[in-house]
Amino acid sequence: MPKITINRKKVKANDGDTILQAAERVGIYIPTLCYHPRVGKSGNCRVCVVEVKGMRGLQLACMLEVKEGMVVHTESVNVKAARKVVVGLLLADGNFDLSDPEANDLARVAHHCGLKKAPYPKLEREHSLDDSHPMLLYDESKCIRCFRCIRACNYNVVNEVLDMGYRGIDSRVVADADMPWNKSSCVACGECIQICPTGALIEKQIHNKPVNKNIEKVETVCPYCGVGCKIALHVDKKRNKIVRISGVEGAAANDGMLCIKGRFGFDFIGSDERLTTPLIKDTKGNLKPASWNKAFSLIAEKLNAIKKEHGSDSIAGLSSAKCTNEENYAFQKFMRKEIGTNNVDHCARLCHSSTVAGLASSLGSGAMTNDIAGIKKADVILVIGSDTTATHPVIAARIKQAVRSGSTKLIVIDPKKIKLADHAYIYAQQRCGTDVAVINGIMHLILKNGWEDKEYIASRCEGFNELKDEVIKYTPKYVEKISGIPTETLKKIAELFGKAETAAVFYAMGITQHTTGTDNVWSTANLQMLCGNIGKVGGGVNPLRGQSNVQGACDMGCLPNVYPAYQKVIDKSAQDKFEKGWNAKLPDRVGLTVTEMIDGAYNGSLKALYVMGENPFLSDPDQHHVEEAFRRIDFMVVQDIFLTETAQFADVVLPSACFAEKSGTLTNTERRVQRLEKAVSAPGQAKEDWEIIQGIAKAMGASWNFTSAEDICKEIAALAPSYGGISWARLKTVDGLQWPCPDSKHPGTPVLHTQGFKRGLGLMKAIEFKEPAETPDKKYPFILTTGRILEQFHTGTMSRKTEGLNKLAGPMVMISKEDAAKLKIKNNKKVKIETRRGAIEAPACVTENIGRGTIYIPFHYAESPANRLTNPALDPVAKIPEYKVCAAKVSKT
Amino acid sequence: MKKILSNFKGTKNELIPILQKTQKKFGYISRRRLAQVATFLNITESTVYSVVTFYSQFYLTRQGKHKIRVCQGTACHVRGGAGIMQIVKNKIGIEPGETSPDYMFSLERVACLGSCALAPVMMVNDSVHGAMNRAKVDALIKELGKISGKSKSSGKKTSQRKTAGKKSPSARKAGK
Repeated sequence: MPKITINRKKVKANDGDTILQAAERVGIYIPTLCYHPRVGKSGNCRVCVVEVKGMRGLQLACMLEVKEGMVVHTESVNVKAARKVVVGLLLADGNFDLSDPEANDLARVAHHCGLKKAPYPKLEREHSLDDSHPMLLYDESKCIRCFRCIRACNYNVVNEVLDMGYRGIDSRVVADADMPWNKSSCVACGECIQICPTGALIEKQIHNKPVNKNIEKVETVCPYCGVGCKIALHVDKKRNKIVRISGVEGAAANDGMLCIKGRFGFDFIGSDERLTTPLIKDTKGNLKPASWNKAFSLIAEKLNAIKKEHGSDSIAGLSSAKCTNEENYAFQKFMRKEIGTNNVDHCARLCHSSTVAGLASSLGSGAMTNDIAGIKKADVILVIGSDTTATHPVIAARIKQAVRSGSTKLIVIDPKKIKLADHAYIYAQQRCGTDVAVINGIMHLILKNGWEDKEYIASRCEGFNELKDEVIKYTPKYVEKISGIPTETLKKIAELFGKAETAAVFYAMGITQHTTGTDNVWSTANLQMLCGNIGKVGGGVNPLRGQSNVQGACDMGCLPNVYPAYQKVIDKSAQDKFEKGWNAKLPDRVGLTVTEMIDGAYNGSLKALYVMGENPFLSDPDQHHVEEAFRRIDFMVVQDIFLTETAQFADVVLPSACFAEKSGTLTNTERRVQRLEKAVSAPGQAKEDWEIIQGIAKAMGASWNFTSAEDICKEIAALAPSYGGISWARLKTVDGLQWPCPDSKHPGTPVLHTQGFKRGLGLMKAIEFKEPAETPDKKYPFILTTGRILEQFHTGTMSRKTEGLNKLAGPMVMISKEDAAKLKIKNNKKVKIETRRGAIEAPACVTENIGRGTIYIPFHYAESPANRLTNPALDPVAKIPEYKVCAAKVSKT
Repeated sequence: MKKILSNFKGTKNELIPILQKTQKKFGYISRRRLAQVATFLNITESTVYSVVTFYSQFYLTRQGKHKIRVCQGTACHVRGGAGIMQIVKNKIGIEPGETSPDYMFSLERVACLGSCALAPVMMVNDSVHGAMNRAKVDALIKELGKISGKSKSSGKKTSQRKTAGKKSPSARKAGK
């Protein structure tokens, strides 16, 4: 640790620190523009000059490493004069608003130098302005060519779009080969905006707007996918409005990075379409505004009557992966205690129920085993069945960073040539639904060559011999016949993966949404146990969760078979515990899953449905069936922030507060529990979801007396062991806590199963390959697969309220060039897609990125609903529908 | 293009030689070829573009048959280089950085051609012409016009800087 002197102050620096870093550590401000901790040093702005005793001339504080005994002056006469010239010259070539020193780095530096405007005559020249993109713009007149955005784009988020074009005074930032921004390959993650020191790259809506003094920053969690990025909402308190959003630098989940949805997709919060009062369906079938009292008493009366007449199990509830842990806890408590049924489920059934079921039975815990920050420690990463750059962009950025650093090699196996495949060492395209065969094939080769971790298997696993006997027949040739992956490619994959010291598997819906979903999950666990990769930093089985709190909603027991923290409802001791905790008699029968609820409503056994923050009309398979089920059900309550497609079927609609309007906790995909903070007040009479649940419970005659969501958190800690050490007060002081966190001293658990599996021995299961429920035939010759795209989210309830996102991404069907040519289908022309369950129309997207015989449709769009087509065939264990494969026909319209 | 690339291994330091070969063969580097180079070397299009636009020897647009470079360096400036430029501009009807619509001439201003003793100088294709004056410019252009049939005409001119960014979407984007 070298000791140096800065401005006569003794400073202890770290080895390898630059003068700038050492000064920063002790709170001495050295102005700089091109340096940023997240993009490293580049040494080109020359603003951070300092005087170092014994060295000639001025030195760059951002480049010079400290040495024992160094004497540094940062505010000497020479330094100040030189700095003023450098900054002054920058100011002379451009058009800067320096009125608020806090507005950006340049303004702060200029104020520090005592400059309010350029000290020299302005350079008269034309500057370019690219405002072609709906979200962001580049104003060259504010650009100081510091290269921060370019480094951020290429090294942080690794989107590799920006560079510096032209020469000398004409230099400016270009996207691709100087394309207009909206036509470039820019994915609008906004990392450049976040890192720009002058506001040259900026959100369109605040460009050249006067400085707003009423802005307050509120740190909270992004409401979109499961990465759980920390975001700062910049709130205009006077207008109760969010003006912009930035990523929180240094946050464990995202370290300041965001994606297009997280940074720009927030128009829904202040949307005019928000629900503001309860609505009750009148006799003519129209939803009419009503008071809360009226709504509560009607719901209580109806539910009590149905319960009395048809029994508790004729009522079911769908909770929400968008609501907080506290609200989900309250929801399942309401269903179990007040209604008396375990019929509670949520959309995790449709995304990761096979993960929860599969990993719980083979490892003992159904969650992502590792943490996001550990990605860079992996030697090999296998991404299978996940379009990570579209669905979990910030995790994709971490993977790309690891690949870029040279220490990690990436394998991508996916039916679509996804963007991540551009960064892959090996990319393989399998036929949809053949994942078991592919993974068995990899294991076959690993065993054949003796690359398995024998010691790990012997000491930590069981079932190895059965597995070995099963995979023996999956020779590369056999696997090629099933999956279409060439034997050579499979051999390369097996060698790279099998020989790696630490390898991680990342997967998402491509693995889970099959009739063999649980089999697929078991296979990934098999592979990772075989190679001894579970329980290691940088390894693990990593299911990427799709919603901001889908992990939490599962943890809170919004599943028909478990109480909070996965305590089984059929386990007598768990039942006793909750009966005692809630002071009530609880049902001991496993309840209905989402898909069974819809069937129940369809065939009349289910009489009432209570939906909190979900849109099953668009998200569930076979839309015609769902529609009919909703028409037949006697009584339906929907509580949401918008009048969704589902809410339109409801008898009572209740307005709730969205993520920015409430406090609570959310659990992200890496099991990190983080605080959600209230930033703005909810519109009209909208209430927080837990208040609504409590209101209904009270109207039904129960005595609920939570005074805040924090009260609920305390009850969770008392009853859910893995959340035992989590409290709101503690979460204020730390950057989230990863469960299991059993007591208030426990630091949380980044990596699961480090000592042994939660289940004891890890269970290896012999899995046989099975074909999908529906395979192509003469009438329906294509395989249809569905999924998400980057710019939209789920059923679009939130993302489609942002006009810019809609401009960038509308409905489409991806089809290969060869198939399109054969059917004479042209790019962007409407085509008709048919399956045995229905038909839709969508514009064709003709591409090389999808294999012959396969088509792909994103499911976000009510006007082209992919789920009118999908097959409701279920995985026998997890009851997850097969969204990823069905047989389809494509024709010109 | 394939033939050019087949002579290289695909390492990043081959970028400039590849660009030079491409330009030599086709006269300029089109967007499509720029994207091909980026894919071949596994670097970003923006990186290739930054190199192409940094060096004045590379062109992104089709160039004229005759390349006229008029020196505006110190010695030529003193000896009336600006006037020579004006004469040439009037004669062929385009501004520096532009190409005539019939692709006969491209005009460029350069800082020094290393022949200061002959100032003011201009260069036509590969030969330097010294001690220029109105008569000599007239004669030179006339000579070039004879070689190529016609010269001065009006209509749409192409310019390197101005056409930047107005072409169709990049190859990376196409077909996705």
